[in-house]
Amino acid sequence: MTAADLVIVLLGVVAVGAGVLVVATRQLVHAALWLVVSFGALAGSYLVLTAEFVAWVQVLIYVGAVVVLLLFGIMLTRAPIGRSEDLDSGNRIVALVVAVATAGVLVTTLVRGFRSAYVPIKDRVGSGSSHTLGGSLFQTWVLPFEALSVLLLAALIGAIVLSRTDIGGAGPEPEEEEPEPRRRPAAPRGTVARRLGTARRRATPDDEDTIVLSRVDEEI
Amino acid sequence: MHLVYPVVIAALLFAVGVYGVLARRNAILVLMSVELMLNAVNLNLVVFDMRWADRLHGGQILTLFVIVLAAAEVGIGLALILLIYRNRQTVDVDRLRTLAEGDPDPEAGSMTDDEGVRR
Repeated sequence: MTAADLVIVLLGVVAVGAGVLVVATRQLVHAALWLVVSFGALAGSYLVLTAEFVAWVQVLIYVGAVVVLLLFGIMLTRAPIGRSEDLDSGNRIVALVVAVATAGVLVTTLVRGFRSAYVPIKDRVGSGSSHTLGGSLFQTWVLPFEALSVLLLAALIGAIVLSRTDIGGAGPEPEEEEPEPRRRPAAPRGTVARRLGTARRRATPDDEDTIVLSRVDEEI
Repeated sequence: MHLVYPVVIAALLFAVGVYGVLARRNAILVLMSVELMLNAVNLNLVVFDMRWADRLHGGQILTLFVIVLAAAEVGIGLALILLIYRNRQTVDVDRLRTLAEGDPDPEAGSMTDDEGVRR
Protein backbone atom coordinates (compact mmCIF):
# COMPACT_ATOMS: atom_id res chain seq x y z
CA MET A 1 0.00 0.00 0.00
CA THR A 2 1.68 3.15 -1.19
CA ALA A 3 1.19 6.66 0.18
CA ALA A 4 -1.23 7.56 -2.62
CA ASP A 5 -3.31 4.51 -1.75
CA LEU A 6 -3.42 5.54 1.88
CA VAL A 7 -4.45 9.11 1.06
CA ILE A 8 -7.17 8.02 -1.29
CA VAL A 9 -8.55 5.51 1.18
CA LEU A 10 -8.70 8.18 3.87
CA LEU A 11 -10.38 10.66 1.51
CA GLY A 12 -12.78 7.95 0.42
CA VAL A 13 -13.72 7.18 4.03
CA VAL A 14 -14.46 10.87 4.53
CA ALA A 15 -16.48 11.07 1.30
CA VAL A 16 -18.55 7.95 1.96
CA GLY A 17 -19.05 8.82 5.63
CA ALA A 18 -20.26 12.32 4.77
CA GLY A 19 -22.50 10.79 2.08
CA VAL A 20 -24.05 8.46 4.65
CA LEU A 21 -24.68 11.44 6.91
CA VAL A 22 -26.30 13.29 3.97
CA VAL A 23 -28.86 10.53 3.56
CA ALA A 24 -29.25 9.80 7.29
CA THR A 25 -29.29 13.16 9.07
CA ARG A 26 -32.49 14.53 10.54
CA GLN A 27 -31.76 18.16 9.72
CA LEU A 28 -32.15 19.43 6.18
CA VAL A 29 -29.52 22.15 6.34
CA HIS A 30 -26.99 19.75 7.84
CA ALA A 31 -27.54 17.43 4.88
CA ALA A 32 -26.48 20.24 2.52
CA LEU A 33 -23.43 20.99 4.65
CA TRP A 34 -22.37 17.33 4.79
CA LEU A 35 -22.71 17.35 1.01
CA VAL A 36 -20.00 20.05 0.98
CA VAL A 37 -17.70 17.75 3.00
CA SER A 38 -18.35 14.83 0.66
CA PHE A 39 -17.69 16.90 -2.47
CA GLY A 40 -14.56 18.38 -0.93
CA ALA A 41 -13.16 14.95 -0.16
CA LEU A 42 -13.94 13.88 -3.72
CA ALA A 43 -12.08 16.92 -5.05
CA GLY A 44 -9.13 15.83 -2.94
CA SER A 45 -9.23 12.36 -4.46
CA TYR A 46 -9.31 13.90 -7.95
CA LEU A 47 -6.12 15.71 -7.01
CA VAL A 48 -4.52 12.43 -5.94
CA LEU A 49 -5.69 10.84 -9.21
CA THR A 50 -3.75 13.55 -11.16
CA ALA A 51 -6.91 15.32 -12.38
CA GLU A 52 -6.11 18.80 -11.11
CA PHE A 53 -8.36 20.79 -13.40
CA VAL A 54 -11.36 18.56 -12.71
CA ALA A 55 -10.68 18.89 -8.98
CA TRP A 56 -10.86 22.69 -9.08
CA VAL A 57 -13.90 22.62 -11.33
CA GLN A 58 -15.49 20.31 -8.76
CA VAL A 59 -14.73 22.79 -5.99
CA LEU A 60 -16.04 25.75 -8.01
CA ILE A 61 -19.21 24.19 -9.44
CA TYR A 62 -20.29 21.70 -6.80
CA VAL A 63 -19.13 23.22 -3.55
CA GLY A 64 -19.54 26.78 -4.77
CA ALA A 65 -22.67 26.72 -6.90
CA VAL A 66 -24.72 23.55 -6.57
CA VAL A 67 -24.76 23.44 -2.78
CA VAL A 68 -25.64 27.12 -2.58
CA LEU A 69 -28.46 26.48 -5.03
CA LEU A 70 -29.70 23.59 -2.88
CA LEU A 71 -29.56 25.79 0.22
CA PHE A 72 -31.63 28.39 -1.64
CA GLY A 73 -34.12 25.65 -2.49
CA ILE A 74 -34.33 24.63 1.17
CA MET A 75 -34.92 28.24 2.12
CA LEU A 76 -37.54 28.95 -0.55
CA THR A 77 -39.62 25.86 0.24
CA ARG A 78 -39.77 27.03 3.88
CA ALA A 79 -38.33 23.76 5.11
CA PRO A 80 -38.03 23.31 8.87
CA ILE A 81 -34.63 24.48 10.08
CA GLY A 82 -34.37 22.32 13.20
CA ARG A 83 -34.81 18.57 13.63
CA SER A 84 -37.69 17.06 11.71
CA GLU A 85 -38.69 13.44 12.12
CA ASP A 86 -40.53 12.92 8.84
CA LEU A 87 -37.64 13.18 6.39
CA ASP A 88 -37.62 9.43 5.75
CA SER A 89 -40.41 7.71 3.90
CA GLY A 90 -42.13 4.50 4.87
CA ASN A 91 -40.16 2.28 2.50
CA ARG A 92 -36.90 2.84 4.32
CA ILE A 93 -36.24 -0.86 4.91
CA VAL A 94 -36.78 -1.69 1.24
CA ALA A 95 -34.46 1.16 0.27
CA LEU A 96 -31.82 -0.18 2.65
CA VAL A 97 -32.12 -3.67 1.16
CA VAL A 98 -31.82 -2.33 -2.39
CA ALA A 99 -28.83 -0.15 -1.51
CA VAL A 100 -27.02 -2.99 0.26
CA ALA A 101 -27.70 -5.29 -2.68
CA THR A 102 -26.36 -2.66 -5.12
CA ALA A 103 -23.26 -2.17 -3.02
CA GLY A 104 -22.73 -5.92 -2.71
CA VAL A 105 -23.01 -6.61 -6.42
CA LEU A 106 -20.84 -3.65 -7.43
CA VAL A 107 -18.13 -4.19 -4.84
CA THR A 108 -17.92 -7.93 -5.54
CA THR A 109 -17.66 -7.41 -9.28
CA LEU A 110 -15.13 -4.59 -9.03
CA VAL A 111 -12.92 -6.34 -6.49
CA ARG A 112 -12.87 -9.51 -8.57
CA GLY A 113 -12.17 -7.53 -11.74
CA PHE A 114 -9.56 -5.04 -10.52
CA ARG A 115 -7.89 -6.84 -7.63
CA SER A 116 -4.45 -6.73 -9.23
CA ALA A 117 -4.83 -3.65 -11.45
CA TYR A 118 -1.98 -1.27 -10.78
CA VAL A 119 -1.13 2.09 -12.34
CA PRO A 120 2.23 3.76 -11.74
CA ILE A 121 1.02 7.18 -10.71
CA LYS A 122 4.31 8.95 -11.40
CA ASP A 123 3.91 8.42 -15.16
CA ARG A 124 0.58 10.22 -15.12
CA VAL A 125 1.63 13.46 -13.43
CA GLY A 126 0.49 16.45 -15.48
CA SER A 127 -2.01 14.51 -17.56
CA GLY A 128 -4.88 16.43 -15.98
CA SER A 129 -3.45 19.94 -16.07
CA SER A 130 -5.50 22.76 -17.53
CA HIS A 131 -3.02 23.04 -20.43
CA THR A 132 -3.50 19.43 -21.56
CA LEU A 133 -7.22 19.40 -20.88
CA GLY A 134 -7.84 22.76 -22.53
CA GLY A 135 -6.03 21.69 -25.67
CA SER A 136 -8.01 18.48 -25.81
CA LEU A 137 -11.30 20.23 -25.06
CA PHE A 138 -10.97 22.88 -27.76
CA GLN A 139 -9.49 20.64 -30.44
CA THR A 140 -11.07 17.22 -30.29
CA TRP A 141 -14.14 17.84 -28.18
CA VAL A 142 -15.14 21.30 -29.37
CA LEU A 143 -18.40 20.19 -30.98
CA PRO A 144 -19.77 18.43 -27.87
CA PHE A 145 -18.61 21.45 -25.89
CA GLU A 146 -20.70 23.79 -28.06
CA ALA A 147 -23.71 21.48 -27.89
CA LEU A 148 -23.36 21.43 -24.10
CA SER A 149 -23.25 25.21 -23.97
CA VAL A 150 -26.51 25.36 -25.93
CA LEU A 151 -28.02 22.83 -23.50
CA LEU A 152 -26.90 24.92 -20.54
CA LEU A 153 -28.50 28.01 -22.08
CA ALA A 154 -31.74 26.10 -22.67
CA ALA A 155 -31.72 24.86 -19.07
CA LEU A 156 -31.15 28.40 -17.83
CA ILE A 157 -34.04 29.80 -19.85
CA GLY A 158 -36.24 26.90 -18.75
CA ALA A 159 -35.46 27.50 -15.10
CA ILE A 160 -36.24 31.21 -15.45
CA VAL A 161 -39.53 30.53 -17.27
CA LEU A 162 -40.54 27.94 -14.67
CA SER A 163 -39.77 30.06 -11.64
CA ARG A 164 -41.07 33.44 -12.75
CA THR A 165 -44.73 34.09 -12.08
CA ASP A 166 -45.44 36.86 -14.57
CA ILE A 167 -44.54 34.93 -17.73
CA GLY A 168 -45.68 31.57 -18.98
CA GLY A 169 -48.80 29.72 -17.92
CA ALA A 170 -47.68 29.05 -14.39
CA GLY A 171 -48.31 32.45 -12.89
CA PRO A 172 -51.98 33.17 -12.27
CA GLU A 173 -52.97 29.66 -11.17
CA PRO A 174 -52.38 30.00 -7.40
CA GLU A 175 -54.37 33.25 -7.32
CA GLU A 176 -57.28 31.68 -9.17
CA GLU A 177 -57.30 28.67 -6.90
CA GLU A 178 -58.28 30.71 -3.87
CA PRO A 179 -61.65 32.25 -4.83
CA GLU A 180 -62.84 29.19 -6.78
CA PRO A 181 -64.02 27.00 -3.86
CA ARG A 182 -65.56 29.98 -2.11
CA ARG A 183 -67.72 30.79 -5.09
CA ARG A 184 -68.90 27.24 -5.61
CA PRO A 185 -71.22 26.70 -2.57
CA ALA A 186 -73.45 29.70 -3.35
CA ALA A 187 -74.72 28.28 -6.60
CA PRO A 188 -77.65 30.59 -7.62
CA ARG A 189 -75.78 33.82 -7.03
CA GLY A 190 -72.82 32.44 -8.82
CA THR A 191 -74.81 31.61 -11.93
CA VAL A 192 -76.35 35.07 -12.00
CA ALA A 193 -73.00 36.68 -11.61
CA ARG A 194 -71.58 34.52 -14.35
CA ARG A 195 -74.51 35.39 -16.63
CA LEU A 196 -74.01 39.05 -15.83
CA GLY A 197 -70.40 38.68 -16.71
CA THR A 198 -71.17 37.13 -20.09
CA ALA A 199 -73.80 39.75 -20.75
CA ARG A 200 -71.41 42.52 -19.92
CA ARG A 201 -68.82 41.06 -22.19
CA ARG A 202 -71.00 41.19 -25.31
CA ALA A 203 -72.92 44.35 -24.50
CA THR A 204 -74.42 45.14 -27.87
CA PRO A 205 -77.74 47.06 -27.97
CA ASP A 206 -79.54 43.82 -28.90
CA ASP A 207 -78.56 42.25 -25.63
CA GLU A 208 -80.05 44.97 -23.40
CA ASP A 209 -83.02 42.80 -22.48
CA THR A 210 -80.73 39.97 -21.39
CA ILE A 211 -78.98 42.25 -18.95
CA VAL A 212 -82.31 43.53 -17.62
CA LEU A 213 -83.60 39.98 -17.27
CA SER A 214 -80.60 38.87 -15.34
CA ARG A 215 -80.87 41.88 -13.05
CA VAL A 216 -84.48 40.97 -12.35
CA ASP A 217 -83.32 37.43 -11.65
CA GLU A 218 -80.81 38.71 -9.15
CA GLU A 219 -83.41 40.76 -7.30
CA ILE A 220 -85.69 37.76 -6.97
CA MET B 1 -1.56 3.02 -7.19
CA HIS B 2 -4.02 0.17 -6.86
CA LEU B 3 -7.19 0.82 -8.82
CA VAL B 4 -9.41 -1.18 -6.53
CA TYR B 5 -9.60 1.42 -3.74
CA PRO B 6 -11.07 4.39 -5.66
CA VAL B 7 -13.33 2.07 -7.65
CA VAL B 8 -14.77 0.53 -4.47
CA ILE B 9 -15.21 4.01 -2.98
CA ALA B 10 -17.19 5.03 -6.06
CA ALA B 11 -19.40 1.93 -5.78
CA LEU B 12 -20.13 2.62 -2.10
CA LEU B 13 -20.93 6.27 -2.84
CA PHE B 14 -23.31 5.17 -5.59
CA ALA B 15 -25.08 2.78 -3.20
CA VAL B 16 -25.44 5.56 -0.62
CA GLY B 17 -27.02 7.72 -3.33
CA VAL B 18 -29.42 4.92 -4.26
CA TYR B 19 -30.50 4.61 -0.63
CA GLY B 20 -31.05 8.36 -0.40
CA VAL B 21 -33.16 8.52 -3.56
CA LEU B 22 -35.36 5.66 -2.38
CA ALA B 23 -35.67 6.50 1.32
CA ARG B 24 -35.93 10.28 1.52
CA ARG B 25 -39.24 12.11 1.37
CA ASN B 26 -38.16 15.70 0.84
CA ALA B 27 -37.62 16.38 -2.87
CA ILE B 28 -34.53 18.50 -2.21
CA LEU B 29 -32.92 15.62 -0.32
CA VAL B 30 -33.69 13.37 -3.29
CA LEU B 31 -31.85 15.87 -5.52
CA MET B 32 -28.87 15.78 -3.14
CA SER B 33 -28.77 11.97 -3.37
CA VAL B 34 -28.82 12.19 -7.17
CA GLU B 35 -25.81 14.48 -6.90
CA LEU B 36 -24.03 11.84 -4.80
CA MET B 37 -24.66 9.22 -7.50
CA LEU B 38 -23.38 11.57 -10.23
CA ASN B 39 -20.23 12.16 -8.21
CA ALA B 40 -19.64 8.44 -7.88
CA VAL B 41 -19.78 8.18 -11.67
CA ASN B 42 -17.36 11.12 -11.94
CA LEU B 43 -14.87 9.38 -9.67
CA ASN B 44 -15.05 6.28 -11.87
CA LEU B 45 -14.45 8.36 -15.00
CA VAL B 46 -11.41 10.05 -13.50
CA VAL B 47 -9.96 6.74 -12.29
CA PHE B 48 -10.25 5.07 -15.67
CA ASP B 49 -8.96 8.13 -17.47
CA MET B 50 -5.87 7.79 -15.29
CA ARG B 51 -5.64 4.10 -16.07
CA TRP B 52 -5.81 4.32 -19.87
CA ALA B 53 -4.27 7.79 -20.27
CA ASP B 54 -5.31 8.12 -23.90
CA ARG B 55 -4.41 11.17 -25.89
CA LEU B 56 -7.98 12.45 -26.16
CA HIS B 57 -8.52 12.50 -22.37
CA GLY B 58 -12.07 11.26 -22.82
CA GLY B 59 -12.55 10.43 -19.15
CA GLN B 60 -11.73 13.81 -17.70
CA ILE B 61 -13.53 15.69 -20.48
CA LEU B 62 -16.61 13.56 -19.87
CA THR B 63 -16.28 14.33 -16.16
CA LEU B 64 -16.43 18.04 -16.96
CA PHE B 65 -19.48 17.43 -19.17
CA VAL B 66 -21.21 15.47 -16.39
CA ILE B 67 -20.51 18.30 -13.94
CA VAL B 68 -22.10 20.81 -16.33
CA LEU B 69 -25.08 18.48 -16.86
CA ALA B 70 -25.48 18.11 -13.10
CA ALA B 71 -25.53 21.89 -12.73
CA ALA B 72 -28.24 22.16 -15.40
CA GLU B 73 -30.18 19.32 -13.76
CA VAL B 74 -30.07 20.96 -10.36
CA GLY B 75 -31.24 24.28 -11.82
CA ILE B 76 -34.21 22.77 -13.62
CA GLY B 77 -35.00 20.42 -10.74
CA LEU B 78 -35.07 23.21 -8.18
CA ALA B 79 -37.27 25.34 -10.45
CA LEU B 80 -39.71 22.41 -10.73
CA ILE B 81 -39.65 21.82 -6.96
CA LEU B 82 -40.36 25.50 -6.30
CA LEU B 83 -43.26 25.38 -8.78
CA ILE B 84 -44.67 22.29 -7.03
CA TYR B 85 -44.26 24.02 -3.68
CA ARG B 86 -46.08 27.10 -4.94
CA ASN B 87 -49.02 25.05 -6.22
CA ARG B 88 -49.24 22.36 -3.53
CA GLN B 89 -47.58 23.88 -0.43
CA THR B 90 -45.53 20.69 0.00
CA VAL B 91 -42.43 19.06 -1.51
CA ASP B 92 -43.08 15.69 0.14
CA VAL B 93 -42.69 13.12 -2.64
CA ASP B 94 -44.89 10.63 -0.75
CA ARG B 95 -47.84 12.99 -0.90
CA LEU B 96 -47.53 14.02 -4.54
CA ARG B 97 -49.60 11.11 -5.83
CA THR B 98 -51.73 12.75 -8.50
CA LEU B 99 -50.37 10.39 -11.14
CA ALA B 100 -50.93 7.24 -9.04
CA GLU B 101 -53.47 4.78 -10.42
CA GLY B 102 -56.42 3.69 -8.29
CA ASP B 103 -55.11 5.36 -5.17
CA PRO B 104 -57.62 5.46 -2.29
CA ASP B 105 -55.74 8.29 -0.59
CA PRO B 106 -58.31 11.06 0.07
CA GLU B 107 -55.73 13.78 -0.29
CA ALA B 108 -54.78 12.53 -3.72
CA GLY B 109 -58.48 12.59 -4.63
CA SER B 110 -58.80 16.24 -3.66
CA MET B 111 -55.69 17.01 -5.69
CA THR B 112 -57.20 15.48 -8.81
CA ASP B 113 -60.34 17.49 -8.10
CA ASP B 114 -58.34 20.68 -8.09
CA GLU B 115 -56.76 19.64 -11.34
CA GLY B 116 -60.19 19.08 -12.86
CA VAL B 117 -61.44 22.47 -11.73
CA ARG B 118 -58.41 24.15 -13.15
CA ARG B 119 -58.99 22.61 -16.52
